[in-house]
Amino acid sequence: MNEFSVLIGGKAGFGIDKASLIIASLLGQLGYRSYIYRDYPSLIRGGHTFSIIRASTEKVATYRDQIDALLALNQETVDLHKARLKGSGIIIYDSDSVNAGTVSGVKNAIGLPLTSIIKEEKAGEIMRNTCIIGAFAKSISIEWNTLDATFRKNFSKELDQNLKVARRAFDTSKEFTALKKLAKERLPLVTGNEAVALGLVRAGLKSYIAYPMTPSSPILHYLANLAEEFDLKVVHPESEISVIMMALGIVYCGHKVAVGTSGGGFCLMTEGLSFSGMAELPVVIVMGQRPGPSTGLPTYSCQTELQFVLSAGQGEFTRFVIAPGDAEEAYYASQLALQISWKYQIPSIVLTDKAMAEGTYSFDIGSCDEIKEEAAALWDGRPPYKRYSNTDSGVSPLAFPGKPGVVIKANSYEHDEAGISTEDPAVTVKMQDKRLRKEKYLAAELENYESVKVHGNKNSATALLCWGSNKGVCVEIANMLNLKVIQPVIMSPFPAGRFRKALEGVNKVIAVENNAMGQLTKVINTYGFNVNASILKYDGRDFSLEELEDRVRKVIG
Amino acid sequence: MILNTNAKNTWCIGCGNFAILNAIKAVINELVAEGLPVENIVLVSGIGCHAKIVDYIDVNSFYSLHGRVIPPATGIKIANPHLKVIGHSGDGDAYGEGIEHLIFAAKRNIDITVIVHNNRVYGLTTGQYTPTSPEGYKGRSTPYGTKEMPMNPLEIMLASGATFIGRGTSGAMESLKKIIKEAIAHKGFSIVDVLQTCVTYYNMYDYYDKRVYELKDHDPYNYDQAIGKIREWDYNKDAKIPIGVFYKRESPVFEESFKPSGAEGRDRSNGIKKILAESV
Ligand code: SF4
Repeated sequence: MNEFSVLIGGKAGFGIDKASLIIASLLGQLGYRSYIYRDYPSLIRGGHTFSIIRASTEKVATYRDQIDALLALNQETVDLHKARLKGSGIIIYDSDSVNAGTVSGVKNAIGLPLTSIIKEEKAGEIMRNTCIIGAFAKSISIEWNTLDATFRKNFSKELDQNLKVARRAFDTSKEFTALKKLAKERLPLVTGNEAVALGLVRAGLKSYIAYPMTPSSPILHYLANLAEEFDLKVVHPESEISVIMMALGIVYCGHKVAVGTSGGGFCLMTEGLSFSGMAELPVVIVMGQRPGPSTGLPTYSCQTELQFVLSAGQGEFTRFVIAPGDAEEAYYASQLALQISWKYQIPSIVLTDKAMAEGTYSFDIGSCDEIKEEAAALWDGRPPYKRYSNTDSGVSPLAFPGKPGVVIKANSYEHDEAGISTEDPAVTVKMQDKRLRKEKYLAAELENYESVKVHGNKNSATALLCWGSNKGVCVEIANMLNLKVIQPVIMSPFPAGRFRKALEGVNKVIAVENNAMGQLTKVINTYGFNVNASILKYDGRDFSLEELEDRVRKVIG
Repeated sequence: MILNTNAKNTWCIGCGNFAILNAIKAVINELVAEGLPVENIVLVSGIGCHAKIVDYIDVNSFYSLHGRVIPPATGIKIANPHLKVIGHSGDGDAYGEGIEHLIFAAKRNIDITVIVHNNRVYGLTTGQYTPTSPEGYKGRSTPYGTKEMPMNPLEIMLASGATFIGRGTSGAMESLKKIIKEAIAHKGFSIVDVLQTCVTYYNMYDYYDKRVYELKDHDPYNYDQAIGKIREWDYNKDAKIPIGVFYKRESPVFEESFKPSGAEGRDRSNGIKKILAESV
């Protein structure tokens, strides 16, 4: 078996998240690579929540609808997901809460009185999740030692209790199949958010400011926990407006800073974004997309903010926008964003989406490109100092308050080279040209980067066009159907030359996007490129492998 | 130090902003004479007539957005606690669009000073009412008079946990300088509401002249006395208007909650690899 998918489901509050991480970790012990798809409603308790852990011998970055094992902590999970099970699939359920009759058609079924076991062991109700994992491990012939080791890695609290309940389920469960052990090194499991956070840290982040908002809040939590390790100042202020303005104050003092949010919070940040463009204060904004308009579906996924981030903010200014497609790309993208921001003194946006941000990947840092940190363009100490001196590249030397002999004036108004407000038409044009000139140099530098990625069969005349988290699913489909995949990663300045190159030999372009209007399609249209067909999905869920395969086959005929 | 820039001053003749400009310049000079390096001073302003003050003073400055004086001032202080961060804000800025930030700055006791140029009118946008205009104020957006009562911002500041609250006027230079200097010297969040007369849209010189008096025998460390004096004039009723330092309290400051962990300069690449290895 080259891959194996497990679905675990129950109500929000049942510990599904933790359980799915342990399952992926367990399969990781055997050498498998995983992607975890998370599906949960915007509720703290109740509702239906589930995760699909897809493990494979090769790197995966998407989920399958079809599953090999179903772990049901309640009746709803059986009712909603039984149809996904393969004929040989295993179902393990809590016989205290699931009606046995509803699983009678499944060949490999095992009911365990989880609720009773927990009671007998005097364990918390939440431990039904680790109990069911014990049974699952046995069902795929994982040795107790492996399970024991996984638990030890994943629990700092109540380890013994968890082991005890898992052991009981393990002993009473049955073996149905055996997953072969692979001779592969184990990889850590990292969410897209964590990869972004680590990339920022790697590139020299000193401070992270954010107001909680799905799907980016986990970056705030993660970095708050790492604050001591990396000497970070992590702040959660009163609003997103405060977030970005506080960040700009920090930047002004020479500290590398990033902020994180989603569409709604980004709406509030746009005044600060525009200020960053005008005052040339470098800031990285991590923008985790989720469905809108407005509050939309807060905990689900989409790709609807591309056009928003490309044009947000009043006025015209240079910005860098990058849209990574998986954890490795996210790690790289956030490094690059911080670097480019500081090099050009412009705002950068790292555009993620919920599928990637909260999806979990087996993360191979060894395969990631790393940025070599470049020193910022600092003032050479020769007076007079002018914060906005008009240089050839448009980039003025930096100095930070506290430095003797210089006066540093940041200004949201149009200003002269010294940072003093002006309404003079000639100065206005000069300064606007200076700021926009950076884009030319930035675009030239980006020629050295893989700004448009090509995957699959590079000679195929049919190409899937995708961006963001759709990379994973598109690459798999392309490999299956012998197609090419074109994935723009840098969205601003848009690498039109590289995109044209990627299109060479292609006569059919099929855009795959998680939105209703074809946002990337619209972007490429403005550069004179067109798509021949669009596959759009906007129900808040990203494409499963089967669904996209089916839809691509219909289009290619 | 002269502290002038080559920017042309565009305030109306007689504007109360001049008094604040002169006061802050004098205070900066005194602080520098007392040993504060001038490069450690940062002025932050919002948008409005008041905000031009940063163009007119030759020290570090951050000309922010309307309502957004406090967040960057906070960020600056967090990034570099050695800096003296002085925010200049308008009353529309501080008490209207930016009031949430003001309340939170007081709540977290960040060590910055906020000087509110409170002329109780929008000057630069030509005379509309503000959060502290009296009931019935007739401005361009309220030709029949406002139907709202003004807020008493100092009472809000006291309730929010501000550790220094003062009031001055543009008509009493010497006392204004003293209050501002004391506010800057205070370790913690300090706010000075300056009744700054806008001669063009809301000329209150005579009104204030008749009512303003300096606090005497007032103990700023006494909360009850402070609230009594803060409530004496509510920005609406025709009462005596006290100026001076109303309230003072010592309390830990926010920026000191970020203690350097000693990780500065550590190899981050290895740190990341270690974290990943531990989570395998
Ligand atoms: S409009 Fe009022 S506040 Fe503005 S400069 Fe003139 S007098 Fe001063």
